[in-house]
Amino acid sequence: MSEPVRITYREAVRQAIREALQADSRVFLMGEDVGKYGGCFAVSKGLLDEFGEERIRDTPLSESAFVGAGIGAALGGMQPIVEIMTVNFSMLALDQIVNTAATLCHMSGGQFPVPVVIRMATGAGRQLAAQHSHSLEAWYAHVPGLRVVEPATIDDARGMLRAALACPDPVIVFEPISLYNMQGELTAAASVVRLDGARVRRVGNDVTLVTYGASLWRCLAAAEALAGEGIDAEIVDLRSLRPLDDATILASVRKTRRAVIVDEGWRTGSLAAEVGMRIVEQAFYDLDAPIGRVCTEEVPIPYPKHLEDAALPGPERIVAAVRRLFAHDQ
Amino acid sequence: MTELPAGMTRERGLHLLREMLRIRQFEDRCAELYGAGHIRGFLHLYDGEEAIAVGVMQVLGSGDAVVSTYREHGHALARGIAMGPLMAELYGKRAGCSGGRGGSMHIFDAATRFCGGNAIVGGGLPLAVGLALAEKLKGSRNVAACFFGEGAAAEGEFHESMNLAALWKLPVLFLCENNLYAMGTALVRSESQTDIQAKALAYGVRAAAVDGMDVFAVESAVRSAVEHARAGRGPVLLELRTYRLRAHSMFDAQLYRDKAEVEEWRSRGPLTTLTTALKTAGLMTEDDFQHLLREADAEVQAAVEFAAAAEWEPVEELARHVVAEERAS
Repeated sequence: MSEPVRITYREAVRQAIREALQADSRVFLMGEDVGKYGGCFAVSKGLLDEFGEERIRDTPLSESAFVGAGIGAALGGMQPIVEIMTVNFSMLALDQIVNTAATLCHMSGGQFPVPVVIRMATGAGRQLAAQHSHSLEAWYAHVPGLRVVEPATIDDARGMLRAALACPDPVIVFEPISLYNMQGELTAAASVVRLDGARVRRVGNDVTLVTYGASLWRCLAAAEALAGEGIDAEIVDLRSLRPLDDATILASVRKTRRAVIVDEGWRTGSLAAEVGMRIVEQAFYDLDAPIGRVCTEEVPIPYPKHLEDAALPGPERIVAAVRRLFAHDQ
Repeated sequence: MTELPAGMTRERGLHLLREMLRIRQFEDRCAELYGAGHIRGFLHLYDGEEAIAVGVMQVLGSGDAVVSTYREHGHALARGIAMGPLMAELYGKRAGCSGGRGGSMHIFDAATRFCGGNAIVGGGLPLAVGLALAEKLKGSRNVAACFFGEGAAAEGEFHESMNLAALWKLPVLFLCENNLYAMGTALVRSESQTDIQAKALAYGVRAAAVDGMDVFAVESAVRSAVEHARAGRGPVLLELRTYRLRAHSMFDAQLYRDKAEVEEWRSRGPLTTLTTALKTAGLMTEDDFQHLLREADAEVQAAVEFAAAAEWEPVEELARHVVAEERAS
């Protein structure tokens, strides 16, 4: 098991689901096209044959009913994994997630926790236009009672689902559409990752890039380019969007004294705004430059490739934002 | 109207009347306490609909789950939640059955599998579908009973839940309390098809309309429905036709209905007609009735004293229960 294995992000998620189904008879998967079709993004391919229709349940196109049913089944002692095709479609289940899943534990004085896991694809990059490509993580991260995570690596794609299933609270797991085909090494460490806590993915001294999801890889590309200019970037991958890991963010910013937040959500009312404000509240006097933000341009995601790329927080925009922080020195 | 079934006994009749009286006396007191400022927020009373809660709860077993609405004091009392913690919840005290965090619209009790008053119209139906799915997957014979008003039939969640429950043949009991008004909007002003049970039939859900003012009719219909669901033959919807004799909430001037209509329904009220039927059949005297009333009032008084004496939760505990403190087993 210590030998690293090369798999895709999609396969990592599938492994996590398969392991959970094998390990715990209370676990089942339900959602649109998760069975016969094999999953909209082929994540659950093969699981129907392996586990049968009771545990791999194709649902009607009734997001509110099947998400609510997942919440009810969790109350009833099961451990459901509910798949929603994309975050855009999850709007049809927002009532159940925000008004029910997030509130029952509190309204019942702790008597009815809701251990449901809700997975959904998020983000752009596949030319799916304005009803399949948005990044609405911040909406969920706004809500007390939910836990919100977004694995960006192969290890996290497998390990965080396991951790989500072990959590007694409702966990929203965002899977970036653009990462499903990404290949990488699955290490043995994947089996013991935590659900919360940010991770430093690249150590550097000159600027901190705070990011999550698919933008991690944009930041890593930007960091390579910046290294060529003599700027050594540190990258913090948030992983957990609620709760946020202030300690890791602030430790990095206090070291580098500069911060750029890279967020595939729109800038207005964004996670980037929240992270930036936390830095201002807690590390203002440690900063050598204003905080920068690189977010998706404020347009519904367009279909043509060149416009979609231009809307997203790509490496060139990140590099430019970092350069602006250093321009203040001159 | 309430007609006594054949073989009706004095003991059985008094039991059902006692259960309904407990609800009525509890809620009459709630209205007073609201006026006095001890209960705040929204308070939705069940006056006129008591036969439904009491009829249903005669049939459900302790393993069955109950999903309720914001008009749920009657469901909670008939289910067996003690009156003291229920009143303490309405006061917002820590000794309340939801720890004081929910109030009148959000009554919870894990011990009786009372999974909440849900104040989103239609929001409880998917939850009940999931609770029933869990029972089916576990191979139990338990059912999930879900109360909702006829207003919920206009929500997408009603239709999605009918379809899903029928498709998966889940043991759900959909209990539609049709009191003819969704807050102030009459059924005929909001639905193109006012026959609610017909909507369920269209999804392949077994359905029937029942006189919700008659506790015996309710009990009998629920018994047959629960047998159907326990046998794995799928969900049942009962449209329980009833009437809300009081205002929607404490803020309702009732501009949308005639006083004559209310009075006509009041004459058919479930407590009135059961009382008359039991007396006419010689199963209950006026003394018996007064005794039941005194018993109920004494229980209410003790509940009020319990709630009034209970402590407030310290503000330091504000952030509790946002997430679970320990994993549910």
